[in-house]
Amino acid sequence: MNTPGGEPAVTSRGGRSLDRHLARYAQRTVGMTASEIRALFAVASRPEVVSLAGGMPHLAALPLDSLAAGVGEMIASDGLTALQYGSAQGAPQLREQICEVMALEGVRAHADDVVVTVGSQMALDMVTRIFCDPGDVVLAEAPSYVGALGTFTAYQADVVHVEMDDDGLVPAALREALAALAARGRRAKFLYTIPNFHNPAGVTLAVQRRAEILEICAAADLLVVEDNPYGLLGFDGQIYPALRSVESDNVVYLGSFSKTFAPGLRVGWALAPHAVREKLVLAAESATLCPPAFTQAVVSRYLAEHDWKGQIKAYREAYRDRRDATISALEQYLPDGCRWTHPDGGFYVWVTVPEGLDTKAMLPRAVTARVAYVPGTAFYADSFGSRQLRLSFCYPTPERIREGVRRLAEVLAGELDLLRTFGSVHERQLSGPQSPSPDTA
Amino acid sequence: MDSFGGMVTYASHASPSERTVAVLAGGLSHERDVSIRSGRRLAAALRETGLVVEEWDADAALVGRLTEHRPDAVVVALHGGAGENGAVQSVLEMLDVPFVGSDSRACRRAWDKPTAKATLAAAGLATPDWVALPQAIFRELGAKPVLDALVARLGLPLVLKPDQGGSALGVHVVRELPELSAAMVGCLAYSDSVLAERYVTGVEVAVTVIDTDHGPQPLPAVEIEAESGFYDFAARYTAGFARFHCPARLEPMVAKSVAELATRAHSMLGMRDVSRTDAVVTPDGTVQFLEINVSPGLTETSLLPMAADEYGSTMGTVFRDLIERAITRG
Repeated sequence: MNTPGGEPAVTSRGGRSLDRHLARYAQRTVGMTASEIRALFAVASRPEVVSLAGGMPHLAALPLDSLAAGVGEMIASDGLTALQYGSAQGAPQLREQICEVMALEGVRAHADDVVVTVGSQMALDMVTRIFCDPGDVVLAEAPSYVGALGTFTAYQADVVHVEMDDDGLVPAALREALAALAARGRRAKFLYTIPNFHNPAGVTLAVQRRAEILEICAAADLLVVEDNPYGLLGFDGQIYPALRSVESDNVVYLGSFSKTFAPGLRVGWALAPHAVREKLVLAAESATLCPPAFTQAVVSRYLAEHDWKGQIKAYREAYRDRRDATISALEQYLPDGCRWTHPDGGFYVWVTVPEGLDTKAMLPRAVTARVAYVPGTAFYADSFGSRQLRLSFCYPTPERIREGVRRLAEVLAGELDLLRTFGSVHERQLSGPQSPSPDTA
Repeated sequence: MDSFGGMVTYASHASPSERTVAVLAGGLSHERDVSIRSGRRLAAALRETGLVVEEWDADAALVGRLTEHRPDAVVVALHGGAGENGAVQSVLEMLDVPFVGSDSRACRRAWDKPTAKATLAAAGLATPDWVALPQAIFRELGAKPVLDALVARLGLPLVLKPDQGGSALGVHVVRELPELSAAMVGCLAYSDSVLAERYVTGVEVAVTVIDTDHGPQPLPAVEIEAESGFYDFAARYTAGFARFHCPARLEPMVAKSVAELATRAHSMLGMRDVSRTDAVVTPDGTVQFLEINVSPGLTETSLLPMAADEYGSTMGTVFRDLIERAITRG
């Protein structure tokens, strides 16, 4: 068989490789392989499957007709700007508006220190790019956002997880992690944290802990990367003060319109101290030249002309109903020995299943039962999480959520049956050690 | 095509260049992702031969699409579940839609690995010793005595496979006794029954067989060298994770035996149009049947396209010819 290049890729050992470039890849591509788990998620897109896996916002709550009219008018009036290249840092007007959004969380910032990015994922990538050399250490909560772990891995950083509990990151655990690193002669480049309505754990960093976490980081001269995509999605309208609202010189704040407006626009941002911001702009310029002027213009017009705070309120209420349906169904259906977090905002519930079960190994059975979730191991860089799974309640209707949890409960019952059958025979070798996790049983 | 009493009768009068073909891909099995890739690639290859190709999922709209749009033929590029166990084929037969691939009865025989092995072993084909064990038997008799008996029978290492399914999903090579229980549980996550098979070392080969006017024709065998030593899911679908030799580096007599085994398996199981037999050539030159694939993979890293190229053809040409055969037989 010929490769796209035309000639068979004959390897030095003989035979054909279907990738003639195999020997050329950078070391950082080592983990980029086909995955059974990723393949299984293809089924989740079918309507027969209740997907509690993906974190897709409830876009049906958006006023699409009004948005369409606004976008049409925007092209007619500002199309020559919106369809043109723009500034690498992002449109000045949007950066001003972003500062107004952040002000809701107590952040006082200047638009000059905001860098607009292609979703906050790009901001995370830029931050890691400018700070991390291969082998550098990044501290992250246990568990942490799978997309962040992927970025850290891509830059060949070593992730050290720090314990959380129901009140978020545990200050004592952070001190211990720093001390342990120091004892090994190593030093972390930054702490990556999601203080509000955590993905995947669903917990929030207690307000009284925030200053302490910042003090620990300041004392250790450790940069804080605060990822806050869900901060305005507290179900009771509560808004927690951003870490950046307390400390401006040692915090890089990452924000996003993906959850408060629409993820398809891919508009996020970083707010960084001046010197860091300069580096981020240059890094972003080399990556994309500039963020899309078009989607920036859409967001800017939306913020200027729509009741965006009212829209966030509508989102919050929809997500609160879904959270309630999730918790109620978990209480009704899940077998003894399961426990879960009780989020007061955001998209996610973190479930711990009985000892001996392996959420990654049971995913095929769940897919057969037409329900999907994300196994806990996805949220750890060190193979923990085999007893955990993440449920996303943001997208399905409350009725579908209840049905999905009912199906999940049946799968768990089947797994417990298997455990009873096989558990006592041999020491079953599960896929990884059991994890510490938020526990609000 | 005429419609009568709600039933569509297919008798295409379209010339070959005007054929409209529906490629079924996707489905609800664990192999949906692979199937979508197979279907997309096959559809592109068929378009290059001049056919008009639709790509349809096997979903609630399928029967309506088939009756409303009336393609001249259907190609089943579904992998796993209803696409290979004969269920979709039964529906196509009920609707009298010409389709490429084995009929529903043959699918059922071939798709169930223990059934296929038993059928071929009874006919004298060599296949590694095996035991089929449903999940319920472990519960009813206790796992320990059953596992002990299994190891006593097959020894270690052994291979555990879901009794139905492909792409090596759920397949475990168990080398040490303490691994067995977890591997069994992992395997049972994909199916309610397990095929445990003696582990046989040797040269791993895959032979595609296509039906022609002159009978079943084996394509050149593809020899597989997985980088990890195990041709698992990652090795199958990550380009570069396996090396391939096509034709396989076999002595002429052994190569002939491999082709004969695949052809006999194709015929004995009643396969129609296309199949792919996976086998292993042991160091003593014996060819052992492992399994047969009703709907071989057609992705960028799959083996059938490689064999077709070595045969001097292309995947598109092979399937265009099979489509003509399907339309002719009606």
